[in-house]
Amino acid sequence: MTDRDETFDKVAKLIEPFNKKGATLSDSTTFAGDLEWDSLVVMDFVANVEDEFDILITMNMQAEIETVGQLVDAIESLRNQG
Amino acid sequence: MSESVANAMNPADEAPLGPSGRDLFSKFDPLIAQRQALLDTGVKDPFSLVMEKVLSPTRAICNGKETILLGTYNYMGMTFDPDVIAAGKTALDEFGSGTTGSRVLNGTYVGHKAVEDALKDFYAMDHAMVFSTGYQANLGIISTIAGKDDYIVLDIDSHASIYDGCAMGDAQIVPFRHNDITALEKRLARIPAGAGKLVVLEGVYSMLGDIAPLKEMIAVSKAAGAMVLVDEAHSMGFIGPNGRGVAEAQGVMDDVDFIIGTFSKSVGTVGGFCVSNHPKFEILRLVCRPYVFTASLPPSVVATAATSVRKLMNVPEKRAHLWENSKRLHGGLKSLGFTLGTDEPQSAIIAVIMPDLEKGAAMWEALLAEGVYVNLARPPATPAGMTLLRCSLCAEHSEAEVGEILARFERAGRATGVIG
Repeated sequence: MTDRDETFDKVAKLIEPFNKKGATLSDSTTFAGDLEWDSLVVMDFVANVEDEFDILITMNMQAEIETVGQLVDAIESLRNQG
Repeated sequence: MSESVANAMNPADEAPLGPSGRDLFSKFDPLIAQRQALLDTGVKDPFSLVMEKVLSPTRAICNGKETILLGTYNYMGMTFDPDVIAAGKTALDEFGSGTTGSRVLNGTYVGHKAVEDALKDFYAMDHAMVFSTGYQANLGIISTIAGKDDYIVLDIDSHASIYDGCAMGDAQIVPFRHNDITALEKRLARIPAGAGKLVVLEGVYSMLGDIAPLKEMIAVSKAAGAMVLVDEAHSMGFIGPNGRGVAEAQGVMDDVDFIIGTFSKSVGTVGGFCVSNHPKFEILRLVCRPYVFTASLPPSVVATAATSVRKLMNVPEKRAHLWENSKRLHGGLKSLGFTLGTDEPQSAIIAVIMPDLEKGAAMWEALLAEGVYVNLARPPATPAGMTLLRCSLCAEHSEAEVGEILARFERAGRATGVIG
């Protein structure tokens, strides 16, 4: 399993409690469209991701992240910087 | 055009732009539809009330009916103070109706310096800078001191003016869960070494009326090498031994780098300010765009503000009465069965949580029919998607008035089914 796959799995676990519709998760799953998350869910989820990976996902970055794949890539790049 | 015609909107209406044009207003269609659906249930539009006459800090005529005002930010009831009114009239006579200029050009009169001196005395701080509104004070100070590569760590429930200041300065924005000290501490620890850090907090959060654990939050912020800005808009005049706010009440004034405040609440007029002990503070007058590129406050406004700020330095009885009012309303609403935003009264704001927007609008209208005005607050202004009826008390509400308010809440609550 690559590091990226491992990160994807961790992210999928963090999505689970908020995945009320039981949407199937892939790199192209969108948070607003497929998961139908509003800003309050996003806030809780982002805080959990930040704590899991010990990183900061600033609101500036959040604005650029629309899909699960983009989030996984952002986490990977933030961890490599750290 | 009658008001009802002016307010009628339909998502199907489009501006005439031809087939290749796109109406820039299309993005508002979901909100227009939601608003129309609410009005179609038969309730009055809660966001277009007109006060026909204002009788006192606590009474106005709305829809021809004398109404108790329970939704203003007139916490200390200064709007009709005779000394305040007299100062405004004199300034109007002596200096005219407006300055027609920026603070850095022809818009600084003796009155502007006098109100800044009053603020320095009120807060016992070295510098004070007055803006044309409280919104501009946050917008200007935050955007100017925190730029592109700096980090702003802020409570997720911060006021819109704080978020707008963050966006305007293009800083890296890091929100943390409301009033969560550990969440703040963790995020500060993750900021890259050497980056500039500003922590933005509020003394009183105006939606639920809860206060922040400033003592602990400022301690972790200072330990991380951050500068701290506290917005004390909703605490000035009655929280803390000298009415300086929550930071004073918790004994941490000396660790606050910037306090933001407003004249449009306890002071009773309009305008905003920042006070600070930073040795280079005065340079902001040249670099802060919302300070430079707008007209300064009219002479009558700064005269009323200066008089009011100085009077607020010594009003222990009014403060005590305001707290009595807050405790009585909180306790009374709680025992009637309403759900409140805080377990204990923490400020002059008591937020009553409504089950949904429809019930909230119905209760708001029922209260208005009873002769009580409160603020209806809804997402996105509110946290956690809540609909709130926000009650704000005034030091000029009499004991009898608070009793009357409770009786009217009970009738309106039962009529709308909000309480059983």
